[in-house]
Amino acid sequence: MEDDAPVIYGLEFQARALTSQTAESDAIRFLVGTQSLKFDNQIHIIDFDDENNIISKSVLQHQAGEIWHISASPADKAVLTTCYNKTSESRVVTCGAVWRMPPEWESGSHESPDDPHNSHNPQNLELLCHLDNSSHGNASCVLWEPMGDGKCVISLADNHALLWDLTESSTQATISSSATLEGKGQLKFTAGKWSPHHNCTQLATANDTAIRGWDLRTMSQIYCIENAHGQLVRDLDFNPNKQYYLASCGDDCKVKFWDVRNINEPVKNLEEHSHWVWSVRYNHSHDQLVLTGSSDSRVILSNMVSISSEPFGHLVDDDDLSDAEDNHQDEKTKEPLQDSIISTYEEHEDSVYAVEWSSADPWLFASLSYDGRLVINRVPRALKYHILL
Amino acid sequence: MDGDINASAPATTPPDSDPARKRRVHGMLKLYYGLNEEGKTVDQAESMDPCDINGPHFDPEVYLNKLRRECSLGELMDQESCMVKQIRSLDSDMQTLVYENYNKFISATDTIRKMKNDFKKMEDEMDCLSTNMASITDFSARISGTLQDQHAQITKLSGVHTLLRKLQFLFELPARLNKCLELQAYAQAVSSHRRARCVLQQYRHMPSFRGIQDDCHAIMDKLAQELRQKFRDGGSSAKDLSECVELLLQLDEPAEELCDKFLSHAQSRLEADLLGLEAELRPPLSSGPTAVTDPYTGPARRLSVEPTAGSPTGPTSLNNPFLFPSLRTDILEFIDRGCNEFVSSLCLVIASYQELFVNRPQEGELASKNIPQMAIGKLHAFVDALATRYFSLVERRIQEEKSVGDNSLLVRALDRFHRRLQAVAKLLPGSAVPSQGTEIVVRAARERIKQYLAALQSFYLNSLTDVRQALAAPRLGGSSAGGGSHLGGPATGKDALASLPELLSTLSASILNQIKSVLASVHLFTAKDITFSNKPYFKGEFCSHGVRESLVVNFIKFVCQSSRQFCESAGDRGGSTPPALLLLLSRLCLDYETSSITYILTLTDEQFLVQHHSPVTAVTALCGEAREAAQKLLNHYVKVQGLIISQMLRKSVETRDWVNTIEPRNVRAVMKRVVEDTTSIDVQVGLLYEEGVRKAHSSDSSKRTFSVYSSSRQQTRYAPSYTPSAPMDTNLLSNIHKLFSERVEIFSPVEFNKVSVLTGIIKISLKTFLECVRLRTFGRYGLQQIQVDCHYLQMYLWRFVSDENLVHFLLDEIVGSTAHRCLDPAPMEQSVIEVICERG
Repeated sequence: MEDDAPVIYGLEFQARALTSQTAESDAIRFLVGTQSLKFDNQIHIIDFDDENNIISKSVLQHQAGEIWHISASPADKAVLTTCYNKTSESRVVTCGAVWRMPPEWESGSHESPDDPHNSHNPQNLELLCHLDNSSHGNASCVLWEPMGDGKCVISLADNHALLWDLTESSTQATISSSATLEGKGQLKFTAGKWSPHHNCTQLATANDTAIRGWDLRTMSQIYCIENAHGQLVRDLDFNPNKQYYLASCGDDCKVKFWDVRNINEPVKNLEEHSHWVWSVRYNHSHDQLVLTGSSDSRVILSNMVSISSEPFGHLVDDDDLSDAEDNHQDEKTKEPLQDSIISTYEEHEDSVYAVEWSSADPWLFASLSYDGRLVINRVPRALKYHILL
Repeated sequence: MDGDINASAPATTPPDSDPARKRRVHGMLKLYYGLNEEGKTVDQAESMDPCDINGPHFDPEVYLNKLRRECSLGELMDQESCMVKQIRSLDSDMQTLVYENYNKFISATDTIRKMKNDFKKMEDEMDCLSTNMASITDFSARISGTLQDQHAQITKLSGVHTLLRKLQFLFELPARLNKCLELQAYAQAVSSHRRARCVLQQYRHMPSFRGIQDDCHAIMDKLAQELRQKFRDGGSSAKDLSECVELLLQLDEPAEELCDKFLSHAQSRLEADLLGLEAELRPPLSSGPTAVTDPYTGPARRLSVEPTAGSPTGPTSLNNPFLFPSLRTDILEFIDRGCNEFVSSLCLVIASYQELFVNRPQEGELASKNIPQMAIGKLHAFVDALATRYFSLVERRIQEEKSVGDNSLLVRALDRFHRRLQAVAKLLPGSAVPSQGTEIVVRAARERIKQYLAALQSFYLNSLTDVRQALAAPRLGGSSAGGGSHLGGPATGKDALASLPELLSTLSASILNQIKSVLASVHLFTAKDITFSNKPYFKGEFCSHGVRESLVVNFIKFVCQSSRQFCESAGDRGGSTPPALLLLLSRLCLDYETSSITYILTLTDEQFLVQHHSPVTAVTALCGEAREAAQKLLNHYVKVQGLIISQMLRKSVETRDWVNTIEPRNVRAVMKRVVEDTTSIDVQVGLLYEEGVRKAHSSDSSKRTFSVYSSSRQQTRYAPSYTPSAPMDTNLLSNIHKLFSERVEIFSPVEFNKVSVLTGIIKISLKTFLECVRLRTFGRYGLQQIQVDCHYLQMYLWRFVSDENLVHFLLDEIVGSTAHRCLDPAPMEQSVIEVICERG
């Protein structure tokens, strides 16, 4: 089975922030935030036409500053948050804000990326509210409540985790509770993830080499994996189907999988990258598929069957066992499934800081490297059919 | 007689002088007398010639005519005279012969006449003799006739006499038996009784005999009683005992019972021996704190650390295995005692038992009872039971033998043990005892190998600890943790590093020596003078499986594995294992791969003449493993060292406020520290690894940085001229560069040489620098500071790496990225940078 070639889209600016449009379940759409100190920063909305293998883009201006983190609301397609650098008077502050995309972006600005003229007067994002953190320090990321109604976000600012309530159509944000990490030295959250399990009452954060779990109801720490990685932990992700499983990656070039009930040892170690791993993502539907991006300019798709929610492959119910399917069934059950690297993608020339699965198509993902190159790839068909059938 | 001329011509010579001629004369005479036997055919051929004067068909007429025709007168005259001469000599010959024969005939006649006379005389004497013989026969017949009656009488009388003597014996028997009993001459009594027994049995119906028989029975019962008593007492010697048994057997005692008794008696004695042995096994009760001066804890620290120190001994054993032998008898003594006491008395018992019950000539009714089978069966059971107990004692003792200091004692003990059991094997061919003994020896040997392996391993670990201490000693305070004390770290480090090759050579030499000494110790098991060395186990499996695989190969594997563990356990923080140790071990493993493994295995194979019956670990497999370990260690070393430098760089980037920094006047101290550390790493690696190849570089590589920087500087200058409408903000040149340069693998495996190692470390450090820079925002002076720092690094780092372009590329990336992250990208003049850097 021949796989489709990757689709590459080049941004003019350097970029670190990438997210899929979480609330969109039909179109394959990614949002990219750029980093430029000299020009107005943009948010590129990348639409991918799976059938024709065509990318179309829209550009929205983000004049507030260079974007370090971006995340889309799970409830409202048009709402998103960014963390951006604001430079004023030789001071650099990272802020968080909630934005709304102008309603007409979709109608008017669908054009091919080859056409440069349209970018002359791109539309601006509409600011809904600031996640005012002047008293809390620099925001490193903003997290939406998974599968929530778009009313709750958490921002991580230096050593604070702040839970915000967005009211009045998200135009106002008030801190409902907060937690502070205390300890020696300058502690700083580097990454975080809101767990989709346990009624969304748990949060995992990373600072330096440690991973901590928080209970949002009491805003207190529930677990702490000291020295989870040899060096800095760069990213976290929760297994969408197994509530205690957590993946982390960091500067020791490793990806580790944890069962937070037993934090002494990782369940599994992956050591495939040759430099820091910046991003790790579970596939939303098939959690054996794990995507990692690294500053060795590679994206690696791994098949972690042994610790997935389907360790024996997709189990067919007995009812489905109709006449012709018997053979298939036998084949599947006896097949020993091994953890393996499915593929290494080398389309990038610079460090890859973000990878993201599409929220609409579980077999599609995007990766973004610092030089502004966005690559859209698919899970190899052979594997796809192997998982599905 | 004319015809004879030719033939008799030579006869003129004296006949004796030539035997051939004489024979011819005889031949001719024979011919004359018709006795022609020889040379018939020859004669035949000649004879056809009528002119042949000697032939039978000689025709004088033809001959004469021929002569007359052929010869002249003179010749005829000569012929005639010659012929006359020949005829004359022939005549004289004939006369001589006739005369000789005549003489012989006369003497024969005389002899015959004389014989005739003698025979006549003899005939007369023979006649006389025959008459005499006739008269003798006559006489003798008459004498025998007269003496016949008396002869019969005498015969009868002598019969009566013997009968009477027998009777007398019988009647006297009770008294005799009594007397024998008194004198304890049991053997005589028994033999006497045996002689009389049948008779008494036969004539039992006669009262008098019955009486005798009863008496005898009574006495014999008493005697048997006494014998049994004696047998039971057991105090008597083996010889007495055997005599006793023999007599009892003759007295129809049941053999089975006797066997049992004999054996039980022997058992009690053997058990006493065993108890004696067992007593020695018990830990000494009075183990007071005897001030034993330990001779082993001298400077030469050998295999003195026991892997299993917690053996069940008194609290005073002080964890020192060498105290064991001094407190109790050593194993050789123990085995000796076992052999001398137990095994030899066992042999004695077996021998006398066999003499008594098994090998005795079978007579009469005893034969039918099939005693030998029964006896042998009992003996086997007996020997097996005792031997099992003995073996368990020996095994317990062997298991206590845990100190690996001197193997010869154990081997000698085992040898003696095994040798003595051979005696049992000889005495008792079908017994399982010797094979069990061999098994014990085999088990002991196996155990020994395990102990040696454990000892080698602990030795290795101890040596590593020593090396660690040696490495750590001069650099107190753990300055290797990175970032901390900038002063003194590398300086004192160098002192320790100088000794790295020394440490390596001492380490590998001491390991090799240890292996050799262990091999020598183990080799004792297969020495020629050791009895069990020719057992199949010691010839084959012990050498190949035991020594080669279990000991040597396992040890090498252990070395590799434990080395690899340093990479994993110490892994993440990198602080617990000193990097120098990693480097040292890496070199050690590499040396193993290149030479040591082959050497050790060849040594082993040679010493033990290993015949590979079963598949064994190949040298190449081991070498591969060692190489893998070496590679892993070196990679880890690079990672750890790179990390240490990375941490410094990262802290320096992260903690500074780059927007509000002042104009650079100096190279930052961190950069100097980085260069210093890199230099000391270079020295460290250079001590153990070869230089390696590097790409040729220009005469003054430190200056080349100018062009690279100028390009990046130029590019940053271009930046403001970009119009927002076409924002080409990306670092064009850098991207083009990237297109054509190969992807840089940061944490990639390194080669076994200095340049490759240093390249790896520098790569890691600079990449970290790059990534950290990208996360920050810079002001104008921040950028300039980075420029200065990078130039400084450029000046010093190029010389360490294999391809200086790599350093250029990475530093260029750093400056480029910094310029990119700069709010006010106004780069510093290259000349100013150079001035600052040269100022230091």
